[in-house]
Amino acid sequence: MTQLALVIDLNVCVGCHACVTSCKEWNSSGWAGPLPDERPYDADPSGVFFNRVQTFEVGCFPNTETVHFPKSCLHCEDPPCVPVCPTGASYKREDNGIVLVDYDKCIGCKYCAWACPYGAREIDAKNKVMKKCTLCVDRVTDESLPESERKPACVLACPTSARIFGDIHDPDSAASVAIREQGGYQLQPEWGTQPANHYLPRRRSQMQIHEDELIRADNPLRKEEVEMPIEQGDTLDDVAW
Amino acid sequence: MHPAFSVIFLTTLIGIGQGLFLALYTGQVYALANLIPVQESLGFYAIGSLVALLFLVLGLISSVFHLGRPERAWRAVTMWRTSWLSREVIVLPLFMFLVFLYGVIHFYGWTQPLFTVADTLAVDLSLIIGFMASIAAFALFVCTAMIYASLKFLQEWHTPLTVLNYTLLGLASGFMFAAAFSAYVSLGLVSLFGTWAVIFTLLGAISRAASLVRNRNLRDKYGLRTAIGVRHPTLKQLSQGFMGGAFNTREFFHGRTPAALRLIKVFFMLAVFPLPIALLATAYILESSSLPIAAFALQYLGLIAERWYFFAEAKHPQNIYYQSMA
Repeated sequence: MTQLALVIDLNVCVGCHACVTSCKEWNSSGWAGPLPDERPYDADPSGVFFNRVQTFEVGCFPNTETVHFPKSCLHCEDPPCVPVCPTGASYKREDNGIVLVDYDKCIGCKYCAWACPYGAREIDAKNKVMKKCTLCVDRVTDESLPESERKPACVLACPTSARIFGDIHDPDSAASVAIREQGGYQLQPEWGTQPANHYLPRRRSQMQIHEDELIRADNPLRKEEVEMPIEQGDTLDDVAW
Repeated sequence: MHPAFSVIFLTTLIGIGQGLFLALYTGQVYALANLIPVQESLGFYAIGSLVALLFLVLGLISSVFHLGRPERAWRAVTMWRTSWLSREVIVLPLFMFLVFLYGVIHFYGWTQPLFTVADTLAVDLSLIIGFMASIAAFALFVCTAMIYASLKFLQEWHTPLTVLNYTLLGLASGFMFAAAFSAYVSLGLVSLFGTWAVIFTLLGAISRAASLVRNRNLRDKYGLRTAIGVRHPTLKQLSQGFMGGAFNTREFFHGRTPAALRLIKVFFMLAVFPLPIALLATAYILESSSLPIAAFALQYLGLIAERWYFFAEAKHPQNIYYQSMA
């Protein structure tokens, strides 16, 4: 069975919110829309978003690191929000594992939002139904789009390629390889919800440069005072023909 | 969690309706066993059923305000295999229908014995329907409470004590209403219902206190480290990603100070348990007919606070992502 998911690289995310705005734009006008805002230009604005980027500080000043943390529905393999729904509006697709809400069946009781430990669901106060990330199901299954564009809007928008989209049940997909080889992990694994979305951890990227790599032993102009154990004589470059 | 008054009124009002019906049926069983004189069918059982039905209808009406799309509520009967909410949506109308039938049977006096068990127990239609309605009443307590007790991330609710509390407090308030109602229409059943109301209130006090102690000693099973997956002892949120409001910052936070919460807890611990018992005891000594009514009113006020506290006390794991606006 296919399980589509995102793998988000926290080592690469720069917290630019491009995924947030492109998600909002695509899903406001697409199948899942609208995503209404209330009082967008007034005091106390509010609105529906499928994706948020949060920022955390790790460590004590001055030894701190900033971690930007994109947060959306994790499309759990055992989603706690689905069995609690009294109408069957909340469901997990059999063919690709995306967790969706049928907006024509939802009664807006909010029970699914209570049952989600990640706070991934937001009520649409205007249309009175529950909304959530659809993993851009209308894009990724649209065969009229070229293959390279059959990806969620957030993935296409990410300028640093921090978001990898793929089938995590296919061991050879880019997403599965990233999880396997770069220490991909799930959020709040203690609840046993088995989120399909994974995160790649922050990694220390450091280059080890040895001193002898900084000088060229055969520097023809002898700019560096290199003492060689024996007289080297003229190099090929020194010889004028 | 943010306590919603629609759900507070729903759970407390149907609790009274269920408890009141069970009180009526207890009265019928007592009369059958010749422990109390047989009550006049029309005045006692029919009007009693009507009042119980009234509480259930009021609860149902208030639940509608919790729904975004109440016109689609009929769809909620479909997922009874997995959802306790769906089961409640089935059992509540079923119980209301049985209470209605029970009232109709007594109103028209269809209480001739159908058959006699062991030459002593005369079984009539109302006894059978009443028995079915009693089972439905207990099933409804379980369904209502399991809506909350089945959510394993809300550790404050995820305990059998939730089911016990909903059942005992519903019974206590229902029998308390029966006592107040008997006092009001000057039936001789105040001491019967009053005694049961005191018993259920005392049992409810024990089980509610047990759940408060349990919840005070709870330790969160989750933390920011697993929530974002950064294993460092010092972590804090700098930004939740937006400066405005959102469903996530409203629905899951009660927004009251710890002092206000403590005040509400003290209020309901007094108003639900010791004060109504003291009022009933005083009514028994003074043979007052108005004090049982006061006892019921005070207990119901306390139950609203109790249910408010029940919701406010639950800490949702998602709140860990919304600790700092910017």
